[in-house]
Amino acid sequence: MSRERILGAVVLLALGLVPLAAHVMGEPFTITLATRAAILALAAVGLNIALGIGGLVSLGHATFFGIGGYAMGILASHVQNYEPMFEWPFLFEGSTSMPFIWLVAVLVSALAALLIGLLALRTSGVYFIMITLAFGQMFYFFSISWSAYGGEDGLSIYVRNGFPGLNTLDPIQFFGLCYAVLCLVLLGAHLLARSPFGLALGAARQSPDRVQAVGLDPKRLRLVGFVISGAITGLAGALFADLNRFVSPTMFSWQTSGEIMVFIILGGVGRLFGPVVGAAVFVMLEHFLGDMSEFWHIWLGLLLLAVVLFARGGLVGLIAGREKAHD
Amino acid sequence: MTEPVLETRGLVKSFGALRASDGITLDLRPGEIHAVIGPNGAGKSTMIKQLSGNIAPDEGTVHFLGRDVTGLSTMARARAGLARTFQVSALAMEDTVLQNAVLGALGASSSPYRFFRPALKRAELRDRAMAALERMGLADHAATVVSELSHGQRRQLEVAVALTLQPKAFLMDEPMAGLGGEGSQHLTGILDRLRAEAPILLIEHDMDAVFALADRISVLVYGRIIATGTVEEIRRSPEVRDAYLGDAS
Ligand SMILES: Nc1ncnc2c1ncn2[C@@H]1O[C@H](COP(=O)(O)OP(=O)(O)OP(=O)(O)O)[C@@H](O)[C@H]1O
Ligand SMILES: [Mg+2]
Repeated sequence: MSRERILGAVVLLALGLVPLAAHVMGEPFTITLATRAAILALAAVGLNIALGIGGLVSLGHATFFGIGGYAMGILASHVQNYEPMFEWPFLFEGSTSMPFIWLVAVLVSALAALLIGLLALRTSGVYFIMITLAFGQMFYFFSISWSAYGGEDGLSIYVRNGFPGLNTLDPIQFFGLCYAVLCLVLLGAHLLARSPFGLALGAARQSPDRVQAVGLDPKRLRLVGFVISGAITGLAGALFADLNRFVSPTMFSWQTSGEIMVFIILGGVGRLFGPVVGAAVFVMLEHFLGDMSEFWHIWLGLLLLAVVLFARGGLVGLIAGREKAHD
Repeated sequence: MTEPVLETRGLVKSFGALRASDGITLDLRPGEIHAVIGPNGAGKSTMIKQLSGNIAPDEGTVHFLGRDVTGLSTMARARAGLARTFQVSALAMEDTVLQNAVLGALGASSSPYRFFRPALKRAELRDRAMAALERMGLADHAATVVSELSHGQRRQLEVAVALTLQPKAFLMDEPMAGLGGEGSQHLTGILDRLRAEAPILLIEHDMDAVFALADRISVLVYGRIIATGTVEEIRRSPEVRDAYLGDAS
């Protein structure tokens, strides 16, 4: 096994065991922290497909995170308030079923990624960053002004949505669910990176001329990668909203986009476990340093600077060394 | 006379005041190596890029396999069977030699939208890629990352990727550049056999290779073809000597 795989296994195991220990010791807050780390990691696994494989520096992934969050908020609020969402062509009262909410979150964020991608992928470099950022801001201000769903104040959902066979209000059970989703998506991301699609998308980042010369369309490859990436981040958004039982425009903010990217840069761009390591470190810093000082972001900034300057492969690269070429 | 595989008529391309292609007419016939020679900046690469579809000509047409492809993209031309190698290697530098070759095989299969089973575990892609690498003598380096290859090996990989496409015609932009004596000889042998599979439009500065390989030679100077003929005709042509060959021959 390569060092990277061992590191990945250790990190994933730790992320699973810490909440179990906390559960035994009766410390639900630690479980919540781990759940937060798992969900943020999932959001970053999504971005890592666009950024790490496709080289698409999207500063607008909060768009999909927020769409996932609002998919949950909107569907559940209708049930909570006994107001049908629509009555035509059939009566639809909203939903508090996680699988259904996830499906909606994934489909709507995939659609948004398709439309944004069609426009943004005509450009590259700084223009691409700016267009994705601009879309994020559009959704941000739209959600602020959408008073039907809480506007600036956001939406509170008092009861966590349900999953068949689980008591999702039990922190350890909800953690287990989020953890399982993260592991499944990581497996998917691992396969995707080695699949024909992953190979072609990676080549489209490194040498678009070559990709065209063998008859493949780099633009379409990027678009498909961007859609998959947005859909995963959207799924994370739905889980994040369920964790907090609250959604607000903050989920759409450019700070959120920036944080998702920070997880990846911290952990290692294009490394399978980079997002997990980055999100876990971020949540720990936020918790321990945030308790000591309001200005903990300064320390995060310094860490980020150190990683960018001295460890281009992120923390995963630092520990596991250069990525071995896939076999 | 047999139908040409690739044919261009009246190709014109200007960059501002510079006419990089000034009415180029030329064809590539089945089974031949047609070499295009000319001084630096004559417009050879610009011509190749118009044939491959990377840049659009201002005037003129390109026909491939009897079909007008002037308006088709690079991708469409590649899928129709036109393979190109680059003057400056265009490879996925972080990937392995095998991955680059598999990319070619993937292009030939034109179904990249498969997301689960690893590309390198797919026998149909892998076999095709390995066969091309073996022909180019790169099989032993299959697992090497391209950025760790020597310059010469990268040039060989350029050709190997083109081979994976099993194309109907090759466009090769200075495949020998920087190969060194032995490398050039090796590649000369390979191209010599390759013409039986698909004709090659060969841009090359290495005159030994050109004279050894070419069935016909065209001389491009300032965007114009000043002469086309057999090796002997070109060697003897006084205009070509004046314009280009100097005392090299
Ligand atoms: N995109 C471009 N924009 C402006 N000028 C260009 C462009 N591409 C090529 N040129 C110019 O067109 C002329 C022909 O260039 P080209 O690269 O086709 O020459 P070449 O025959 O391939 O030369 P070499 O033997 O050095 O490869 C040169 O003067 C070059 O500077
Ligand atoms: Mg050139």
